Amino acid sequence: MNNKLKTVAKGIIDVSPLMIPVVPFGIIYGVIGMDLGIGPYMTLGLSIIIFGGASQIVLLQLFSGGASSLVILSSVAAVNARHILYGAVLSEHLSSLKLSWKIILSYVMTDQAFAVSNNYFKKNNKDKNYYYHLLGSGFTCWTIWQISTILGIVLGSVVPEELGLSFTISLTFLALLISDFRKFKNIIVMLTSGIVATIGYNTIPFKAYIIVAAISALIVAVLLTLIDLKKK
Amino acid sequence: MHWSLIFYAGVITFVTRFSMIFLLKKDILNDRAKKILSFVPAAIFPAIIFPPIFLDSAGSLDLESNPQIYAAIFAIIVGYFSRSIIATIFAGLILYWMLIFLFNF
Repeated sequence: MNNKLKTVAKGIIDVSPLMIPVVPFGIIYGVIGMDLGIGPYMTLGLSIIIFGGASQIVLLQLFSGGASSLVILSSVAAVNARHILYGAVLSEHLSSLKLSWKIILSYVMTDQAFAVSNNYFKKNNKDKNYYYHLLGSGFTCWTIWQISTILGIVLGSVVPEELGLSFTISLTFLALLISDFRKFKNIIVMLTSGIVATIGYNTIPFKAYIIVAAISALIVAVLLTLIDLKKK
Repeated sequence: MHWSLIFYAGVITFVTRFSMIFLLKKDILNDRAKKILSFVPAAIFPAIIFPPIFLDSAGSLDLESNPQIYAAIFAIIVGYFSRSIIATIFAGLILYWMLIFLFNF
């Protein structure tokens, strides 16, 4: 197997365990789309054109609640704002690639693909085909998301709600933070983010609680690094 | 729903993902900016994790007899010692299922 394929395969393997909750989430999304009566083509169209679970569900929720297009699009922007930060983190590794690669890799940059490929980029700076890792992880997310959307459209709610699989979403993101549990500063940053989001969940409009919590936590991170500088 | 709304939502989503990769040039960020950006996962993921665990479906704080809190704490402990993503997810899920199915939490 050549090196590029090996790196793609590594990306697929690394992101696979994180796909456990994506399947029921995609099925739920497909069911919601059909329940709202937008039809199979539009339900799948959203998954292909937007390709972002949270954005798609927020769009459907607000649409069914009769919100204006301006409110819907502002909310989609707020939900997606975290990707700007992911892009800033990955730019260090991706900025020298060709434009076509930047476009392809941006399209498949989900939370899960970002998390595993960013770790790979940091640890494998000798692999000159490193960016194929994001191709593998990103298109794994893409494929699983489209298949589970179709399953939701065709089969309806086949996953029993009692299993509580929505909790697995929280668990997979928690598992992505295991390397941060050992660092005191990161624990403070994580607690800030979580507490601000929990308080802001009901009070911050346009579902912007995630980016508000993220910026608050990054401000805390800046303050913590300033304290570090003073010590030196 | 009109296809144009879906298209605009798709463009917005793509632009958020693409903008920084397109705009930032290599080595434009100094070490301090890189250090702060290294906190991005720690600054974002808890905002996704906390609300569904601590808030009930009505959106109010649920700290009593909430099996997700115990399962999440167990997953953190397993993750801390094992450093394995798969072990962390399954540890949390298995304790969660034990609590709700065997102990009727």
